[in-house]
Amino acid sequence: MTQRISMAHGEGGELTHKLIKNVFVRNFNNKEQSRLDAAALPWYQNEIVMTTDSYVVDPLFFPGGNIGKLAVTGTVNDLAVSGAKPIAMTAGFIIEEGFELGDLREIAQSMAMEARLAGVQIIAGDTKVVEKGNADGVFINTTGVGQFHEQRLESEAIKEGDAIIVSGAIGEHGVAIMSAREDLGLMTGLQSDCASLNHLVEEVMNHVEGIRVMRDPTRGGLATTLVELCEDFKFSAELVESTIPVPMEVHGACDILGFDPLYLANEGKIVLVVDAAHEHTILEAIKKHPLGNGAQIIGRVTSCKESSGRLYLKTPIGTTRRLHRLPGMLLPRIC
Amino acid sequence: MNNLDIFSENDMARRSVDAVIKLSEKFKKDKGRLPVLMEVCGSHTMAFAKTGIKQRLSEHVKLIAGPGCPVCVTDQKSIDAMIQLSEIPDTIICTFGDMMRVPGSKYSLMKAKTEGKDIRVVYSPLESVKIAQNNPDKEVVFLGIGFETTIPVLALAVRDAENLELSNYTIWMTTKLVEPVLRSLLDSGEVMVDGLLLPGHVSVVLGKKSYDFLMNEYKVPSVITGFEPVQLLTGIYKSVDLLLHQKAEVINDYPHVVKNEGNLVARRLLEKYFKLNDEAWRGMSKIPNSGLVFKDRYARFDAKKKFNVHVKEPRKTKCRCGEIIKGSINPEECVLFNKGCTPTHPIGPCMVSTEGTCAAHYQYMREE
Amino acid sequence: MCLGVPAKVLEVSKENALVDVMGSRMYVGTVFVPEVKKGDYVLLHAGQGMTIVDQKFAMESMEEWRRVLNE
Repeated sequence: MTQRISMAHGEGGELTHKLIKNVFVRNFNNKEQSRLDAAALPWYQNEIVMTTDSYVVDPLFFPGGNIGKLAVTGTVNDLAVSGAKPIAMTAGFIIEEGFELGDLREIAQSMAMEARLAGVQIIAGDTKVVEKGNADGVFINTTGVGQFHEQRLESEAIKEGDAIIVSGAIGEHGVAIMSAREDLGLMTGLQSDCASLNHLVEEVMNHVEGIRVMRDPTRGGLATTLVELCEDFKFSAELVESTIPVPMEVHGACDILGFDPLYLANEGKIVLVVDAAHEHTILEAIKKHPLGNGAQIIGRVTSCKESSGRLYLKTPIGTTRRLHRLPGMLLPRIC
Repeated sequence: MNNLDIFSENDMARRSVDAVIKLSEKFKKDKGRLPVLMEVCGSHTMAFAKTGIKQRLSEHVKLIAGPGCPVCVTDQKSIDAMIQLSEIPDTIICTFGDMMRVPGSKYSLMKAKTEGKDIRVVYSPLESVKIAQNNPDKEVVFLGIGFETTIPVLALAVRDAENLELSNYTIWMTTKLVEPVLRSLLDSGEVMVDGLLLPGHVSVVLGKKSYDFLMNEYKVPSVITGFEPVQLLTGIYKSVDLLLHQKAEVINDYPHVVKNEGNLVARRLLEKYFKLNDEAWRGMSKIPNSGLVFKDRYARFDAKKKFNVHVKEPRKTKCRCGEIIKGSINPEECVLFNKGCTPTHPIGPCMVSTEGTCAAHYQYMREE
Repeated sequence: MCLGVPAKVLEVSKENALVDVMGSRMYVGTVFVPEVKKGDYVLLHAGQGMTIVDQKFAMESMEEWRRVLNE
């Protein structure tokens, strides 16, 4: 049977990883650059970074945001966690025939507002319309350009004992999206955490040192994101389950549908690996910002040998187990 | 915090681990070996691995996973038939998420969906009745997998379809019952177990009384066990305690959820629509009266009668799911485990079902 | 074998109830627990309450276990 793309290829887990590795990285020949969420442009003294992301979310409007807001925050955050200040972005729209103009207006207004908040300009755009059935409402692509902060990330200096920090509660976006999908019948008061994190990052980077590397745990959740960091930067780490901030409603929704909060998407959180010598200063700096007031140290780097690259979880009963990427996709289950 | 949270308290869980270890050391001293317990339920298998209890107790209690994952125990031919249903034109297949990635001989439902077939994952079977109501020009088939906990909910879906007089709604029944498979396992003598951890949620429907045969006929000590860390541990503790005292009792260690009589309303509804049937189990061939099918007067809701699905005998693979669900081998003993068979490229259902033994070992206990 | 989660009953109507699991809510069926009342806990499986959870028993078995641990 012909191999085809399945929905699981887009969930950010094991299959996404293989698809990117085997189809894109292999053909585009950019393994080094693909380790970060945004790529430095070597032509301008490595000062300028660029990133791109496409947004396909169902439903288009959800508690705490819509596809437009997400299209701005997502790209802003990819630049921010790469250690850059977002400057400008482009926006491309693929719109399905029959889409309501009023909805499109609302999406554009959200984008404009979020861009203002983040302090980036939307400087160019493109619009394509496809026949009914050839797209689901609207798809948006944004491409962002940023400039590195003076202070650089020290990914080469990652060492044993480094702390792992998450900037707040996990799983809110994933649960908000699920409860906006009526077919599951799930109701929560949770809003998507979707937010631009560049001001938080800038604040922290300008005032403290010792940040090794950062990432935003979107698709695939905290576990998948950290597994990738461990593999990409060749370190092993151990998370302490009881210190990971998971809101009660997220626990509840996961219990009902059989999901694991560690694999739910976030759109307004960062995970950072930081020098233990500066961990408290960094934690305090993050907590001072309204988007980081739930920050916690959730684990540590345990080794940095060439053979390292594994993520472990210490369970509340005191045993340790390995964490892997999201296998396949999240599906509600009965058993 | 409500009263039920006490079962997941960390401090209690850690102290319970110590208590279990202490007691099993006594057993080890007496018998010169570890006590062997089978957790009949797949959710127990998953919970033991996810909480780290299985790893922590590995040198103290041998826990064997039993035949308790509904998609894993379904024989390959039934799985192939269910997937093939998606090829019938103008048909919507509704399923629990658990079935989506289960490998058929040719492909999975996930793959069928990428080929453009209309396959929908539902949380409640009643949702599939609504889908049938809203799509009168399509046939809607629900894939009826499950043990005694789930079967009453399937009966409820049939009741709704009957009340709505739907003629486009059917269920493909491939349900499984606990007592016949336990009897078959214990009769076969293939698996050496000292005691059983009985499935907490199946017992909600069956009731404690239904396990009397274990005590009276098989003399196997058994404990009905819950799913939170402390409950898993007390289940083991009480089993080992029964072993030490050589008592072949059935203990209900989940009494706030499991009643003596079970749920009579649920059982009555189930008996209204379904009757016993010989079912084929993976790796165990046909077990008499081990599943349920539609009674003749409800044959109009029976997808097997409505659709002519012919599947070939599945070809043999090296997959050893059949032995794994009987508890005769560990996943690591299968040559395919983590080599030819992974969650993204599964050969057998135990690797993809969220409560499959191979999935539990791959996701939570794999080290390399 | 079967996922089940205790859910607190907030409202009861004819064959349905609004339940809460740590702040996440859902309408679930109550056909199998006809005697259910507001304030009860039900065990939720595939969208149906399968039994009423007896909190008194839960406390008792926990107390009993605490005693075993303290021996």
